[in-house]
Amino acid sequence: MLLKTLPADKERIIVPGPAGFMPPSAAQLGVELPPSGVGIAYGHHTPEDIAIAEIARQMLTKPNATIFPGPMVLWAWNEHAVEKAQAVMEIAAQIPNVFIIPMPDYRPKYPKVDPEEVINPNHPNLTIWGNKIEACIFVGLHCHYANLTLKMIRAGTNCCTSALCAEQGHEDAMLSVHDMDVAKLRKVAQIIKRVREEMKIPLPADGRTVRYTGLQSRVNGGETHVNPLSFKLASPPPSGVRMPPEGQKPH
Amino acid sequence: MSDPLESEVKTNPQGDPITSVEPEQKTNPQGDPITSAAPVKVGGGSKDPHEGAKKQRVVTPEYMFSEAPRKREFITGSEAAKEAVRRSNVDFSVAYPITPQSETMQLIGVLYGEGYVKEYYRGEEEYGVMSAIAGGSRAGVRCFTATAGPGTLRGVEPIASWPGHRLPAVAMFTCRVVNAPLAIQPDNIEVAYLLHCGMIVFHAENQQDLFDFIMKGFIISEKNDVTLPVGVACDGFFVTHARAYVDMQEKDIKLPPREAWKGAVPVLDAENPPARLSRDAPVQKSNFMAYNIHAVWQQEVWAAVERSRRYIEQYMGGLCTAENVEGAEAVIIASGSACAQSREAIRLCKDQKVNVGLIKIRSLRPFPIKELRRLCAKAKLIVIPEFNYVGWLAKDVAAAIYGYSNAKIVAGPHVYGGMSMPVEMIVDEVIGGLTGKKSITVPDSAIMGRDVSQAEVAHFMQNI
Repeated sequence: MLLKTLPADKERIIVPGPAGFMPPSAAQLGVELPPSGVGIAYGHHTPEDIAIAEIARQMLTKPNATIFPGPMVLWAWNEHAVEKAQAVMEIAAQIPNVFIIPMPDYRPKYPKVDPEEVINPNHPNLTIWGNKIEACIFVGLHCHYANLTLKMIRAGTNCCTSALCAEQGHEDAMLSVHDMDVAKLRKVAQIIKRVREEMKIPLPADGRTVRYTGLQSRVNGGETHVNPLSFKLASPPPSGVRMPPEGQKPH
Repeated sequence: MSDPLESEVKTNPQGDPITSVEPEQKTNPQGDPITSAAPVKVGGGSKDPHEGAKKQRVVTPEYMFSEAPRKREFITGSEAAKEAVRRSNVDFSVAYPITPQSETMQLIGVLYGEGYVKEYYRGEEEYGVMSAIAGGSRAGVRCFTATAGPGTLRGVEPIASWPGHRLPAVAMFTCRVVNAPLAIQPDNIEVAYLLHCGMIVFHAENQQDLFDFIMKGFIISEKNDVTLPVGVACDGFFVTHARAYVDMQEKDIKLPPREAWKGAVPVLDAENPPARLSRDAPVQKSNFMAYNIHAVWQQEVWAAVERSRRYIEQYMGGLCTAENVEGAEAVIIASGSACAQSREAIRLCKDQKVNVGLIKIRSLRPFPIKELRRLCAKAKLIVIPEFNYVGWLAKDVAAAIYGYSNAKIVAGPHVYGGMSMPVEMIVDEVIGGLTGKKSITVPDSAIMGRDVSQAEVAHFMQNI
């Protein structure tokens, strides 16, 4: 059933945890992925814009809000990936003090991981705990690994998770929007801008909205923040990468 | 001077006269034309054997399944599987021969010769076959294999790893006895081993189902939110070796190729060593792994099974079908060839003025739980005939409708070890169940119902 508003608190199924030692998956709780144009808010199908506005409110108000970019927007595989990454930066430009912590790949990090600097699908809870993150957006991950990550975060942390998915979405996220192409990512940025302005949350005058993690600060000369729109690609994507025909672009 | 007529006598390179230039139409012993075998052409050796394959055009799954005109042919199940693979744009097929699967995979070899399948070989045995399917699927190509009985069990370790690796593929299981003692005849006990692997499992009643389920299996398997293998089981010999009418699309169309980049996991990166056939992590639980990493991985596999429901609805019209269930005095629930036997039993019951309905289970995983709860809500008697000893379908049905139906469930009749199922056995269970006559089916008969202690039922439910 498609709700016209956010579900009431008592009707919410998928909410920030800790949900317990071994909580059932959202699918086990009967949450299904929605059709095109419909998002998921707390286990219920809602119009996409309502889910995006709730993502905005969570990211603008919860402590240590973080964007977790996955390999498909983190690496310049091709021009499409670069365009998407730039759209993600436009989202970051609307959220004051946001962290950007990458999920560069899915491999376990032996012998030691630095969970405050990277997130990994084998122990995403460590990154959430270490940075005291209470709201986050995942974007650019392969769906299987996003789902593992979302389940573990819901089980063990109090973080409100959002997924911006190029495919069918994620029922284990508290908030999920799917079919994410470049245009829709830019729409997310615009809705966050609108909500931010309604909430009268100003942007820093210099546009430096992204807060560096400890390591990011150290490698950037002790700077604490950066303007995400100042990011420039060091070099164009490799010319040998074949671009699929229009309509078959990789997510 | 030579006789001008002599010059028209064609000879082979050795100079022997070729007496027939047109091949005879091949027929089976009953005189039916064998339509699936390519006619042997004499002469014209320069013809490209891949010509037909090259001329195939890609159509959408929706057109292929719902709109494309179909022609009826009288073929075996093995031939139906071959024709399904011909239209499925399969890249890679590998198998090890085992009765009753051998003919199917031999026919896939014919397709390879004709260019419809891009790569094909005989594996060293089923463990190697199923591992090769894992490699092919991880590399991003569309894969098909088939096996049976002991072959299934030999391959079941790699088969059980496919879902965890999120590997789309279609595997056909032509069910037969599992040794020992050695036998090659029909028995679908092997399905019980497949039900808990995390793969999607369909059970074909007949040759038409086999044709349709294989093709639709590829499309469902490769949906991003599914990204799982599909097993298409059928009862060996009854389906593989018997002929029936199959409505098929023209040979000149095929499904779109697999778009591996749309999968839920990255494809194998063979250009950047080390290329690993195993998915990254979890290697083992440790201080560097979350305590529940493997648990959520399993949850995710089964969540993907759940997500396949909507595609099974979309392409197959549902996980089960119901015929004459509303108002029936008894309902037969069956899958595979037991459905065909049940239809005849229902006809015999009708002759005795007993109104019996049929629920045919097409999808064993995911299982049509909600559908059965709705369909069986008012049922008084449910009879579940099966071609195996253990009654895996009856257990699933009982677990699904427990608390939602007061029906007495008769887990039987069962036949196994290569026996056929006389329809009178099913009729006997229906009539016996309605009249109170003691069932011949033991030990699982009457596991639920009003005449059974609820404590015993609860104990049973907790222990299945």
